[in-house]
Amino acid sequence: MADTNHIQKNMSSTLTSAGYYQRWRLIKDALARHVVVVGGLGIIGAIVLIFFYLLYAVFPLFLPAHSEAIAHYSIPEKNLGKTLLMATEEQNEVGVRFTDQGKVVFFAVKTGKTLTTKDIALPQNVKISSFVQGDFANGIVAYGLSDGRAVVVRHLYTLSYPNNVRVITPDIEYPLGPEPLLIDKKGKALTQIAFKKGDDVSTFVAKTIDQRVILTSFEKKSAMFGEEPKLERTDAVLKTLAKDVAFILINKDHNNLYLASRTGLLSYFDISDKAKPVVKQQLSVLDVGTQVTAMDFLNGDLSVLLGDSQGIISQWSMIRDADNRSAMRKLRAFKASDNPIAAINPEARRKGFIAADSKGQIGIYYTTSERELIKESVATAAPVALALAPRANGFLLEASDNQIYAWHVENEHPEVSIKSLWQKVWYESYPKPDYIWQSSSASNDFEPKMSLTPLVFGTLKAAFYAMLIATPLALMGAIYTAYFMAPKMRLYVKPGIELMGALPTVILGFLAGLWLAPLVELHLAALFSLLMFLPLSVMIFAYCWQRFLPKDFREKVPAGWDAAILIPVIFLGSWLAVQLSLPLENLFFNGNMRTWFKNDLGIGYDQRNALIVGLAMGFAVIPTIFSIAEDAIFSVPKHLTIGSLALGATPWQTMIKVVLLTASPGIFSAIMIGLGRAIGETMIVLMATGNTPVMDLSVFQGMRTLSANIGVEMPESEVDSTHYRVLFLAALVLFMFTFVFNTLAEVIRQRLRQKYSSL
Amino acid sequence: MIKQWFKSGEPWVWLNAAAVSANLILVVGLLALVAVRGLGHFWPAQVVEYGYKDKDGVATTIVGELVDTVVLSAQQAKDANYEILAGKDSLVQQLIKSGNRDTTGMDFRWIEQQRITGESYPVEILVVERREWGNFYGRLVAVKEQGKIIASGEQAWPVAEEKLQAALKLFDEIDTMQRKEVGAINYALERLRLKQKRLQLQNQWNDNTRQELAKQEADYQASYQKLQGELAKLNEKLALDSLVVKEASGQEVEIPFAKTVRIYKPNAMSVFAKIGHYGSKLIEFVSDDPREANTEGGIFPAIFGTVMMVMVMAVIVTPLGVVAAVYMREYAKQGFLTRLIRIAVNNLAGVPSIVYGVFGLGFFVYILGGNIDRLFFPESLPAPVFGTPGLLWSSLTLALLTLPVVIVSTEEGLSRIPKAIREGSLALGATKAETLWRTVLPMASPAIMTGLILAVARAAGEVAPLMLVGVVKLAPTLPLDGNFPYMHFDRKFMHLGFHIYDVGFQSPNVEAARPLVYATSLLLVLVIIGLNMSAISIRNHLREKYRALDN
Repeated sequence: MADTNHIQKNMSSTLTSAGYYQRWRLIKDALARHVVVVGGLGIIGAIVLIFFYLLYAVFPLFLPAHSEAIAHYSIPEKNLGKTLLMATEEQNEVGVRFTDQGKVVFFAVKTGKTLTTKDIALPQNVKISSFVQGDFANGIVAYGLSDGRAVVVRHLYTLSYPNNVRVITPDIEYPLGPEPLLIDKKGKALTQIAFKKGDDVSTFVAKTIDQRVILTSFEKKSAMFGEEPKLERTDAVLKTLAKDVAFILINKDHNNLYLASRTGLLSYFDISDKAKPVVKQQLSVLDVGTQVTAMDFLNGDLSVLLGDSQGIISQWSMIRDADNRSAMRKLRAFKASDNPIAAINPEARRKGFIAADSKGQIGIYYTTSERELIKESVATAAPVALALAPRANGFLLEASDNQIYAWHVENEHPEVSIKSLWQKVWYESYPKPDYIWQSSSASNDFEPKMSLTPLVFGTLKAAFYAMLIATPLALMGAIYTAYFMAPKMRLYVKPGIELMGALPTVILGFLAGLWLAPLVELHLAALFSLLMFLPLSVMIFAYCWQRFLPKDFREKVPAGWDAAILIPVIFLGSWLAVQLSLPLENLFFNGNMRTWFKNDLGIGYDQRNALIVGLAMGFAVIPTIFSIAEDAIFSVPKHLTIGSLALGATPWQTMIKVVLLTASPGIFSAIMIGLGRAIGETMIVLMATGNTPVMDLSVFQGMRTLSANIGVEMPESEVDSTHYRVLFLAALVLFMFTFVFNTLAEVIRQRLRQKYSSL
Repeated sequence: MIKQWFKSGEPWVWLNAAAVSANLILVVGLLALVAVRGLGHFWPAQVVEYGYKDKDGVATTIVGELVDTVVLSAQQAKDANYEILAGKDSLVQQLIKSGNRDTTGMDFRWIEQQRITGESYPVEILVVERREWGNFYGRLVAVKEQGKIIASGEQAWPVAEEKLQAALKLFDEIDTMQRKEVGAINYALERLRLKQKRLQLQNQWNDNTRQELAKQEADYQASYQKLQGELAKLNEKLALDSLVVKEASGQEVEIPFAKTVRIYKPNAMSVFAKIGHYGSKLIEFVSDDPREANTEGGIFPAIFGTVMMVMVMAVIVTPLGVVAAVYMREYAKQGFLTRLIRIAVNNLAGVPSIVYGVFGLGFFVYILGGNIDRLFFPESLPAPVFGTPGLLWSSLTLALLTLPVVIVSTEEGLSRIPKAIREGSLALGATKAETLWRTVLPMASPAIMTGLILAVARAAGEVAPLMLVGVVKLAPTLPLDGNFPYMHFDRKFMHLGFHIYDVGFQSPNVEAARPLVYATSLLLVLVIIGLNMSAISIRNHLREKYRALDN
């Protein structure tokens, strides 16, 4: 507007007022043109934006992980001893190393500068003989001592914000008291120790210098009247070849114990009863000549990761088979390197892990998706300690060249791979590889199971049954309405059926779920007898009508009103069918069709099943197919049909051989558009199925579709999480499905239009 | 004979005709089902008193409304572990709404008809509609005032009715005060808090502004205290009186009038009284707030939310759709590109609505909304204002969803306008813009109207995308109220369609909610059919008009 004002001012001196007005009109015209063009293109652009936005949201799923070195420095306070364990805190700013002299050194991750050092209170004349990290998430570690005792230490960090700057203060504490606990009653040195601390129970498993493996647990017994709770101890000796034991793992529920020897002999103990540990299974997990070089739990303590001397890391998990027997099974293996694996460190919150080989090369892996995400040569010397940050966004590697290497990692969506989305995956604790969608749970240990296959299967199943019901009804209706029906009746029938399409699907879903589903469950036999007897009764009526009724009477009904006469016939037929269903059910199905299906055919019955969805969604799809197909049939040029009739063909022959053939592309496009609608429908499937993502073809079982899944899970998914992006992927898949069907339909329809215009 | 008949193709024609009839029966049947169930809900049902002897032979009295009857065949009953008494070949089960959830723990129960020993419809049975715990069925014993009986027996009924009227009036007064005045003060206090934070962020928080705000806050607090005092007094007054009602089991229960909505004796009501009752229930349904987790009371907030959302959507979608259609029909060169665009637009009409919802949540709510919050509402962070699902985003999402409808309809209208009219206007010296504005668009306005109505009808019934971008099961405030800036685009709202889904499927008491869902469905169906009918009639009218123009 500023410009036009400017122009106006310049013009006004030279032009007459009429000329000025003409000028102004032309400017307005140009302005309007530009506004419309920009607006129009902008809106069309906005529509395209949907597609690109979905892509944009999905894209990060398939970005590779990325890592970079941020610093390397020599070991802080090297004189305080060799590193037994390294760890970082939540923010990945402060690192800690526990030394073999009982010192704790806290240092800055970025610079390697020592922040503070702490001494672990040890009794005099006692040496540290072993060490273990008890719990990754809680930062608990345990030292085994030379007098058969053990001390438990926790490293912890407090955040404070003086002057709005975040300050992290590291410290240590003794969760079981500063006084070491006696583990071995004989007082022998503990050469190897494993430890898990629970809320009430603390479990130690230790190997002593005189080659025994002992289990000691302390249970907190709540005392009465506010006394100090007492620790009740239980002792046991494990029956195993102690001198072979090289690795000890206790799970966080304190009921499973895994021992492994260097040669690959894995023993699994049930230690639910701490006084009587039971060997459940012993098996050899490696080939002869290969050695176990590293072993740790995967997050959740449900599976064990074994690194061997050939650079292979394998995942073993307790699997319950069909006979309810559990056994250790190998789920998968990663070839990480040609050198022996030196260290394995699991992620704290996901099912991934980092591994380092003896040459200082590291790799980050994810079990569910079987992906190798990162492989880098970090150091040139053998690793001493490896620490993955709790958020898995960085790691520290201490190598034998006395350097600590700090790396930053960006690894947002390791859970997703083409395989984990579309193929069978062997999940932890599952008897066999399977397609499963189970995206979230309250617990951190949960392995997200994000296979889109059952959802796509459910989508197609629901659409299939809906089309099975809708296509015949809609097409037959369209044929009659377009070709045989009296024009006057057509005037009301067509909008009437089209009106069905405007009905909100939430109402159809509600009726299907709360009215139809219980009704069908009760009268299943009646539904089948309807399907059988209704066409039959119509045929019988038609035959009698044409054969036995006097001609004058028949001619009172004008041509093309047959559908109106049939309405009472259908009512009568339905009533008869329902009446007949009871004796039929008694005769063929022992009086109860549902139990007959279950007992004789082994088909279970869900109240909200594919049949209900098919009926309800079929109802929703009928108007779409009907309307387009009817248009296609109606617009077949009249001279074609008249020609055919004149040559002596019956109306039905004309219909089949001439009209349907000409209109077939239009009918095809109607079915495609109907299918597109059935695939994308949300509310009906949400309300009329149980929404369980099962893969079962049975018509009496439910399903979960892509759209219902989005509707159920999207509001609860965390923004930008893998789950969120996978749901976007589901939306994209839906979009693509319908896009393909609709484009196909539209192209065919346009060609059909051109063909008609040439006829 | 029959073979010949089949050869003629006649049976197939009949079968096709049957398909049409079946379709028609389905449509009409569905509408009838919703209408009957929806409208029947408000009619005061007879309350029956059954003598009942259960499986263990214990005799009880059951008072309630008969809701549903299910017949199981002998075999089905056997499979479901029911015992059939001698001489019956089927099992008839009845669903009784027996109310009194607070004393019996359940307000619906299934009974077997074969075990009913007596049936009567006593005229003195009283139904008490309560604000909590659902209906109460029983016999009126007395009316209490401040714990003392002031009327009993025959006299209790008129006194109770009178007391109830007074209580309802009082309740209304309290309700209005709480909502309007207390609500306004709370809103103002919240704004003050935000203002303080904004001033702090802008480094203008000094003694002056502090004092100013403190003074305002003190004023509000004072009037709040005053209101609270008045409210407490009114509440005290309301809590004084109560009804004493005797259950079927003989237990006497005291129900305060403060918790009572309606009392009536359905078995004693005349037809006219029932019609009156029906009318008042109907009015309550469309104009009141929901009670008892949406299973009782009205659906006014849902109606209001739906209308509001659809109106905002219409304001957005109309200009956008018309501009796009005008561009494609009047300005763009007809060719491959326009054909492509047309296919794309048609295609979008077929994209599942949930996909729009996903887009709306990701793009509008999180990206647009998040950035708006960062730029314009830093004071309320981390609490989101527009960065969370709400009315504006719902309307925008649905506008996008219905855009193809408006574009297609407007384009069709534009294509129907004879070329001669455009040429005539241009020949008289009008510019293209003037031709469009003065002749073409006015002539196309019915088509635009049609498109808009169809868009509104589609939007009103759409639920799936809204679940992601803004509806809630219970919104504490309406998106439009008396507090500045009056129209709250950021608020979440209730919606008829979502109400159906939520009450029908997420409600803890589905049985009690079911009639209300039917009634809500009926309302929604009526609105949508009405909108569609008017669109059809406008379109037909339009066709007639242009047929005249062509000649």
